[in-house]
Amino acid sequence: MQVIPTKNSTQFEREQFRRNSEFPELWDCLDQVKDPEIPALSLWDIGILKDIERQGDQATVTITPTYSGCPAMDAISEDVTIAFKALGIEKTVIITELSPPWTTDWMTDKGRNQLRDYGIAPPNDVVGDHEQPLNSESQVLCPQCGSADTKLLSEFGSTACKALFQCNSCHESFDLFKHI
Amino acid sequence: MTSSTETVSTQDIIDYATRLGDDAIVIGHRLSEWVSRAPFIEEDVAIGNVSLDFLGHARMYYTYAADVSNKQNGTDDVTEDTFAYLRDERQFQNHLLHELHKGDFAYTTARQLLVDVFNKYFLGQLEKSSDETLAAIAMKASKESKYHCRRSKDWTLRLGDGTSESHERMQVALNDIWGYTHELFELDELEQRLVDAGIAVDCTLLKDSWLKEVTAIIEEATLTVPDQDWAVRGGRQGYHTEHLGHLLTEMQFVHRSFPGAKW
Repeated sequence: MQVIPTKNSTQFEREQFRRNSEFPELWDCLDQVKDPEIPALSLWDIGILKDIERQGDQATVTITPTYSGCPAMDAISEDVTIAFKALGIEKTVIITELSPPWTTDWMTDKGRNQLRDYGIAPPNDVVGDHEQPLNSESQVLCPQCGSADTKLLSEFGSTACKALFQCNSCHESFDLFKHI
Repeated sequence: MTSSTETVSTQDIIDYATRLGDDAIVIGHRLSEWVSRAPFIEEDVAIGNVSLDFLGHARMYYTYAADVSNKQNGTDDVTEDTFAYLRDERQFQNHLLHELHKGDFAYTTARQLLVDVFNKYFLGQLEKSSDETLAAIAMKASKESKYHCRRSKDWTLRLGDGTSESHERMQVALNDIWGYTHELFELDELEQRLVDAGIAVDCTLLKDSWLKEVTAIIEEATLTVPDQDWAVRGGRQGYHTEHLGHLLTEMQFVHRSFPGAKW
């Protein structure tokens, strides 16, 4: 059977929303703003950037936090404001939107690949159904060597959104970005 | 669900959001006391993360309480910090279970199991609140709560069904803590009004599911569900154990010494 790779529907909707925006230059500008905790990923690619509006020299950016205690939100607001200043936007208002809650499904394919290159396994690199809760038997493709022979060290890694694994083949320990 | 607007005031919403924030910030701060003292480095990181989740929940509840408060009074100077740092012990209305001292790791684990399983059911219901903001906060917090439950269950099994020492400590902890769980499932007048209006969770309906789940985990961990019937109450009325004052002293010290300080 031939499998045709498809984007999940939430990713498709996000891309369409962005494409239909009146302010493509603002979206492009924020592609330069990275998540301070994972500098490999832009706000768009990690999936927390929801909307951008511009009214003259003011902009409103809607962001949804990954985890509710995410300490990066303040730094992100600051980075967005600085990036927009370069476009002549004097005032940027950041709106934090809680509903619907962020899900890793909103992470782009590009983001997933960048995450893996950076040394963090993306949520879909869990062997089997990656939406199932992790357990001591869970295996994840090692982002360093690709081996599936790995073990869970801790359900909580260097930040709340990650779990800590170790590869039994190359012995490197690595983070998995948990499905949520 | 009838005539909700007549019986529920904006102050009721502020008070309810504040209570939920109090529960979250107190347990979050308590867990943070383990950072650098947990059994091993991975657990240190895990407990810090769980603590941060609770802090995040507290910030969402307090921010909401502050927004409603500012709208009600035509002010703009009430913030989440007002609730966290500028209220005294008698004004905090958290359930007592959350404020009990951190104890040994078994004590923290036993308490966390009871709290996490409670939150799972509580947040599941708060998601259905007719108050959209509370429902949105619950949806966000609910996802994290599932991870907390699994971690607490794993630790309970590991310690309960571990060495005779860890087993003993877990059983002592459960016996010490059990009497503080009863008030989780009670409603006072404020919450009853909000339940009638479809806003608050009717906690009295959560007890059966909670008890069934914690009993299954406790028994799988070869421990015994305590059968004492003593109960301590008062958190929702602002009557606290000796533990809360010490916690607030530490948590509020910097903010009160250097009002408005930023970095």
